[in-house]
Amino acid sequence: MNWYDIIFYAFAVITVVSAVGVVFSRNILYAAFSLLFTFFGIAALYVLLTADFIAVTQILLYVGGILVLIIFGVMLTSRAFNVEVKRGFLKRIPAVFVTAALAGTLIGVLTTTRWPSVNFLPYEETARPIGVLLMTQFVLPFELASILLLVALVGAVIIARREKEKRA
Amino acid sequence: MNLHVGLTDFLIVSAILFSLGIYGVVTRKNAIMVLMGIELILNSANLNFVAFTRFGLMNLTGQVVAVFVIILAAAEAAVLLAIVLNIHQQLNTVNVDEVDKLKN
Repeated sequence: MNWYDIIFYAFAVITVVSAVGVVFSRNILYAAFSLLFTFFGIAALYVLLTADFIAVTQILLYVGGILVLIIFGVMLTSRAFNVEVKRGFLKRIPAVFVTAALAGTLIGVLTTTRWPSVNFLPYEETARPIGVLLMTQFVLPFELASILLLVALVGAVIIARREKEKRA
Repeated sequence: MNLHVGLTDFLIVSAILFSLGIYGVVTRKNAIMVLMGIELILNSANLNFVAFTRFGLMNLTGQVVAVFVIILAAAEAAVLLAIVLNIHQQLNTVNVDEVDKLKN
C-alpha cells in the first residue's frame, strides 16, 4: 500500500460517491453540484493515469463549460431551489435490478479477464504527441469535429431562439 | 515500484460510473437529469480509453479519442439544453414523460 494506491482509492471513492449523489439526489441543483465533484474526481484519476492534457481539458471543458451549461439549464427551466422532483423517478425497481445486473456482469468480466502486457509505462508528456497526432493521423476527424461543433452551436442558438422571434 | 492499483481498478471505477449513468438515464424524469446521466456514461468511456492508454494496451490514440469524446459531449450538451429550453417554453415542462405531444 503506497501513496499511489491511497490517492487512487481516495479519488475513486470521491468519484463514485458523488456519482451516486448525482443519480439519487432529489434536488436537481444538488445533483448538479455533485456532478462537479464527479468531474473533478475523474480529472484526478486522469492525473494518476499521467494523462495531463486530458485532465486539464476535462476541468476546462466539463467543469468550466458543460457544468455551467447544465446549471444554467436548471436555473432557466425550474425554480432553482425546492424544485419539484419529489416523484421524479420512473420504474425504479426494474431499473435497480437491470443496472445491478449490468454492473455485476461488467465487473465480473473485468476482474476475470487476463489483460495482456499490463505494464506501467514511465511518465512522458502527452500534450505535444497529442497535438502531432491531431495534425497528422487524425486530421480528418479533427476537421469533422470542428465542423460538427460549428453546426451544433449554430443549431443550438437557432433552436433556443425560435419561439422568442415568433412572439416579437 | 510495486503498484497494487492496476488497470482493473480503473476499469471497475469506470464500470460503476457507467452503471450509475445508465440508472440515471433510465429512471430520471427531468431531461436535465437525463443529460447528467449521459455525461456520466461519456466520462466512464473516457476513463476506459485513458486507462488503456496508460497501461500499454493502446498507444496515445486512446487519449486522442478521449479528446474527441469530450468535444462531442460539449456539442451534445449545448444542443440538448437548447432543445430543453425550447420544450420548456412551448410545453412548460421538462419532464420527459410528459412531453407526448406527438401521441395526440
